[in-house]
Amino acid sequence: MADVAIPRAKPQMSEDSAWIQLKHNRNWLGFWFMVPAMAFLIFFLAYPLGLGIWLSFTDTRIGRVGHFVATENYEWLWDDSIFWLSVFNTLLYTFVASALKFAIGLYLALLLNENMPFKAMLRAMVLIPFIVPTVLSALAFWWIFDSQFSIISWSLKHLGLINQNINFLGDTTWARICVIFANIWRGVPFVAITLLAGLQTVSPSLYEAATLDGATRWQNFRYITYPLLTPIIAVVMTFSVLFTFTDFQLIWAMTRGGPVNATHLMATLSYQRAIIAGQLGEGAAISSAMIPFLLAAIMISWFGLQRRKWQQGESND
Amino acid sequence: MSSVQIRDVRKSFGNFEVLHGVTIPIEDGQFVVLVGPSGCGKSTLLRMLAGLENITSGTISIGDRVVNNVQPKERDIAMVFQNYALYPHMTVADNMGFSLKLRNAGADEINKRVKRAAEILALSPLLDRYPRQLSGGQRQRVAMGRAIVRDPQVFLFDEPLSNLDAKLRVAMRTEIKELHQRLKTTTVYVTHDQIEAMTMADKIVVMHDGIVEQMGTPLELYDKPENQFVAGFIGSPAMNFLKGHVRVNGVATFEGPNGVKLPLKTAPTASDGRPAVYGVRPEHFTIADDGAEAEIIVVEPTGSETQVFAKLGGEQVVAVFRERHQFNPGDKVRLKPDPSLVHLFDDATGKRMNA
Repeated sequence: MADVAIPRAKPQMSEDSAWIQLKHNRNWLGFWFMVPAMAFLIFFLAYPLGLGIWLSFTDTRIGRVGHFVATENYEWLWDDSIFWLSVFNTLLYTFVASALKFAIGLYLALLLNENMPFKAMLRAMVLIPFIVPTVLSALAFWWIFDSQFSIISWSLKHLGLINQNINFLGDTTWARICVIFANIWRGVPFVAITLLAGLQTVSPSLYEAATLDGATRWQNFRYITYPLLTPIIAVVMTFSVLFTFTDFQLIWAMTRGGPVNATHLMATLSYQRAIIAGQLGEGAAISSAMIPFLLAAIMISWFGLQRRKWQQGESND
Repeated sequence: MSSVQIRDVRKSFGNFEVLHGVTIPIEDGQFVVLVGPSGCGKSTLLRMLAGLENITSGTISIGDRVVNNVQPKERDIAMVFQNYALYPHMTVADNMGFSLKLRNAGADEINKRVKRAAEILALSPLLDRYPRQLSGGQRQRVAMGRAIVRDPQVFLFDEPLSNLDAKLRVAMRTEIKELHQRLKTTTVYVTHDQIEAMTMADKIVVMHDGIVEQMGTPLELYDKPENQFVAGFIGSPAMNFLKGHVRVNGVATFEGPNGVKLPLKTAPTASDGRPAVYGVRPEHFTIADDGAEAEIIVVEPTGSETQVFAKLGGEQVVAVFRERHQFNPGDKVRLKPDPSLVHLFDDATGKRMNA
């Protein structure tokens, strides 16, 4: 083979100006397409998150630029019993509400997946709590659980079951039950409708095959429905846990964290310390303290969400 | 194994009756194919047999037992679905052993029976795979394996081959037939493909619009279709039909469209001048000097035989020849139906007229 040196054409690019390159190079073009989304995420997500974490290491107050104080805010919080109470409240609130939302949501989804009259209407009705603005439904619950005008107290009194009003939002235990109840009422539709969507992807012939194989209704659920639904359950419960853990509106509208901080969640406590009391640094520290919990929840779902073995491999459909 | 009796079974969805009194006796160990166009009620009938649909009236018995009100799982039947209905989250072995597991069979027992079924179906190397990792034909075999493992009284197949490609379909057809010859389990097989029906069945039941048009062995249906529907449904390419009148003056003939004369062996009694439909299968044409003149339109050689589309008395007919003729479009040929293999149907009722 003749080793002939072919004179290479000088790359066109280098002759263009830098600006032309930026406009026409394929790699840069991809970058330009990413810019809007990136800008959005940076300004509204990364920046506030970073600022929040930074603030938690300063003694900033409203109207006064703070100084870096290292972990002083966190050291304060470590000894703050109200902070630990809010952590306990948040975990209790999230755990109880999510578990019940899952149970009720799954039950509703299974029910709505059956053939029954007015199916479409019932499905639409289930969504109602979800479409009402949170603050409005919280205000409604506020009245329902009012110490003087509560319709529940009124009804029970007229039925002769109690003699005096129940102090729903004034008693620590009752208040916790009430806010958890309100959160469940609001969160069930999301779980129910999402699981219903998952149920509808299960081919009816699988149930027929299982029935012929001798499965009872319970075994149909245990061996067919539940395993096929697990990927959706992982997604919906992750979202449900994240939403519940960071809940603010419902609590703030109903109890503002009271009575005696019994319903203070980390989010509401952070708001109270940072905005109401003006201690931005301390509030930011409480908010930042939520991050490890949320990361843990995401990690759990990450492993839960991983494609199961039966979902892998080429589909030949 | 046991016999199955379907007696005057009707099925209505609301006010709409889809099965109008169907009676089918099925003997022990028989391979019965229900065949018919879509919407004829064959799948509904199979699902009623399985217990997935209620029986509106009539009775279905398996063995000596009327099963109208027996739960599907108590009927001791196994079904292979059109889409196989394999459990996607279970391995092949678990899919096949599921019914035994639900019956609380021991692990050893399940293992033994799954292994045996896997050997029969050549699935042994695939037992740990998931359905997604299998080809169409393999999935089909797993679906059959699930049925075999249970060792049921009756196998039900609901269009099991319609999701496979043509070549695989032919192979699986043979496999299913072989399996039946080996296990000798009573089988009811639903298909819309008459070739599947012809090749596999001991007995074919041709259904149409919720009634049984004819029952019989494949060759009975081919040789003596009782009516025009069965005649047109069984056989490929389909039978040619020519409308006209029976003429009996000395020799029985059939006067087809545009006066074309076609031979009859004998005319049915008192049929002179009766409007009728003359049916002749494509393979029963020969080229003969006393045939009817036809003009060739298209010639389709397939190697083993040649399909010739021609105009006979202005109507298009198909003829199939195994010998190799030199035909070109536009050629005039003389086509002669074999009079002893000709079918004659009443024009109004479609019923068979000749013996």
